Amino acid sequence: MVERTRLFDILTQIVLIIGLVILFTPIYIVFVAASHDFKTVNMIPMPMLPSGHLWENLTKSWQQAGFSHVMITSLIVASGVAIGKVVLSAMSAFSIVYFRYRLRLIFFWLIFITLMLPLEVRIVPTYAVAANALSPVQGVIDFIASYIPQVSIQLPEWNLLNSYEGLILPLIATATGTFLYRQFFLTIPEELAEAAKMDGAGALRFFFDILMPLSKTNMAALATIMFVWAWNQYLWPILIVTDQAHYATAAMQLGKVVPGPSFGEPPVWNTAMAATLITMMPPLVVVILMQRWFVRGLVATEK
Amino acid sequence: MSEISIRGVMKSYGRNTVIHGVDLTIAAGAFAVILGPSGCGKSTLLRMIAGLEKISKGDIAIDGKVVNKLEPRERGCAMVFQNYALYPHMTVADNIGYALKVAGVSKDERAKRVNEVAKSLALTDYLGRKPSELSGGQRQRVAMGRAMIRQPKVFLYDEPLSNLDAKLRVQMRAEIRKLHNQLGATSVFVTHDQVEAMTLADQIIVMNAGRVEQVGTPSEVYRKPATRFVASFIGAPPMNLLEAKVTGRTEVAIGSRHLMTPHHGLANGQSLIVGVRPEDVSSISGETLNVSFVEELGAQRFVHGTFEGQDFVVQQPPSDSSDKPATVVFSIRPETIHLFDAASGLRIEPVSVTAPAPAFA
Ligand SMILES: Nc1ncnc2c1ncn2[C@@H]1O[C@H](COP(=O)(O)OP(=O)(O)OP(=O)(O)O)[C@@H](O)[C@H]1O
Ligand SMILES: [Mg+2]
Repeated sequence: MVERTRLFDILTQIVLIIGLVILFTPIYIVFVAASHDFKTVNMIPMPMLPSGHLWENLTKSWQQAGFSHVMITSLIVASGVAIGKVVLSAMSAFSIVYFRYRLRLIFFWLIFITLMLPLEVRIVPTYAVAANALSPVQGVIDFIASYIPQVSIQLPEWNLLNSYEGLILPLIATATGTFLYRQFFLTIPEELAEAAKMDGAGALRFFFDILMPLSKTNMAALATIMFVWAWNQYLWPILIVTDQAHYATAAMQLGKVVPGPSFGEPPVWNTAMAATLITMMPPLVVVILMQRWFVRGLVATEK
Repeated sequence: MSEISIRGVMKSYGRNTVIHGVDLTIAAGAFAVILGPSGCGKSTLLRMIAGLEKISKGDIAIDGKVVNKLEPRERGCAMVFQNYALYPHMTVADNIGYALKVAGVSKDERAKRVNEVAKSLALTDYLGRKPSELSGGQRQRVAMGRAMIRQPKVFLYDEPLSNLDAKLRVQMRAEIRKLHNQLGATSVFVTHDQVEAMTLADQIIVMNAGRVEQVGTPSEVYRKPATRFVASFIGAPPMNLLEAKVTGRTEVAIGSRHLMTPHHGLANGQSLIVGVRPEDVSSISGETLNVSFVEELGAQRFVHGTFEGQDFVVQQPPSDSSDKPATVVFSIRPETIHLFDAASGLRIEPVSVTAPAPAFA
């Protein structure tokens, strides 16, 4: 942005084009593979130009993999994560930035630490909690009861396995969004909060009347990222869903579509790639629809 | 109309005390200006009145009612911020009407009052715009409107004009004073600009390092500075302050020169500070100034130099010649002299009004 020489312009263009090619080649191969029939796709080398069997492959894999059902499951899960994440992050960041209470620092660090512990790292304990969401509370009660027997209570079991809650809640409980919001809230001049105070607005009014409208673009950016991220989740759904008929997600289904018994050996790459294309579509649509907001939210705060 | 009384107010941030006990009464309906250098605690004091900052010690009462524990909205104060703090996503009309919306005033009533306020501030044409589409002066007026709409008892301003260019500042200054006269509320205005303070205030409160140095009308503060600090802060260029020693009941020595003063009645040998405003220095010969540079202002010129080794400024009428003289003669009339204690910096009043001796016959 400082340099404006011709040579520099050309260089940046070249770097961008190389990056683009690297990113697009796999997608192009997916597309080509999805457009051939079974015979040609297994030729070595595979032809590099598309052919005319795309629609046929798409319909075939849609029916065989039961996409009409898993797409809806994925849509519910990804939207749930995106919305839940936006709400939770906005509220937690609001608390951290605008209130000076005694435990603020402790909460700040607790949230911060979860950044270093993504779901993959703590997947076993998270699974244990998902199996019975009240088990941590039960643990605390049991601990107290070992000293004071009177408080011994047996809580009911709250099982999250094979449920939308189980698919959604653990994905919401991370700190990335909180920090995005925190950074944004810190850029809002303190006088704005004071002006609202002078105008008689309490904390909640300030949150809803001023902070929320101001963070619209951040909200869109976060929701988009989280939607795509949740849509692409593979490990957690596979762990928590045993009732595949009802709660399988699109990404999970894809795992089965790629050469395996359900599509018969040898690898049926053309339908597998068609399924990949189908799975890729919804995040793509979301990103394209949200793009205008999304970019603004990441690049700059609205002036 | 509400009187504001501030009694023994202190403010500490942790172990760091920034306001050291302020006692002050601002009369109902007065326009008070808090004046002082950067970091002296002006904003802090104002924000304690507003309720944006906790009071560490002491009481603040508005209308006779102690407000220490009240929320800002319950104090009946409105505030205009230095950077205006307009809500960027709301239109001018929504900005002005927000306080009423929070208070649950009906939409029609709100629109009516917003229109009245906008009209009095010449903002009617801009009601549908966002703050980012306004000029600095217009934003300033929106901020005023937002304060006015609640018809507060007290207006608080924290350097509201410092982001405007010089011309607009003068214009807005007049507008603020006019509004104050119309509305009849009590106004407290913070600034570090003495011209702003002198032109706006009924009452100037000069602060320094967390303490009030003097409270008085603009002319009192100018004519009878209560401390050496006030003398050095008010006036442009400020008062000349010279170290001196008492050599008689109406006489001091500055270096090797002896000077007639009002009757101070101090013991010989005591050190004090002699103050003379550059504009009070007489051009009759007597003393000699070694000139270092001349500040030409058009209507007058200020000659800077040293007198007996100490910095000294003399005001002169404009002159056609632009060359710098090596020396300038001047004299100091006793009745123009201010005396301050060298240790405490407090003003020393003349003991009695003796007829000024015809010293320079
Ligand atoms: N939140 C804070 N924590 C610690 N010290 C503070 C805080 N706010 C202000 N201070 C200190 O209090 C003193 C007075 O600050 P204040 O903002 O009232 O100054 P001011 O007179 O308004 O100055 P200016 O003209 O620059 O606005 C300063 O020394 C400042 O460092
Ligand atoms: Mg200030």
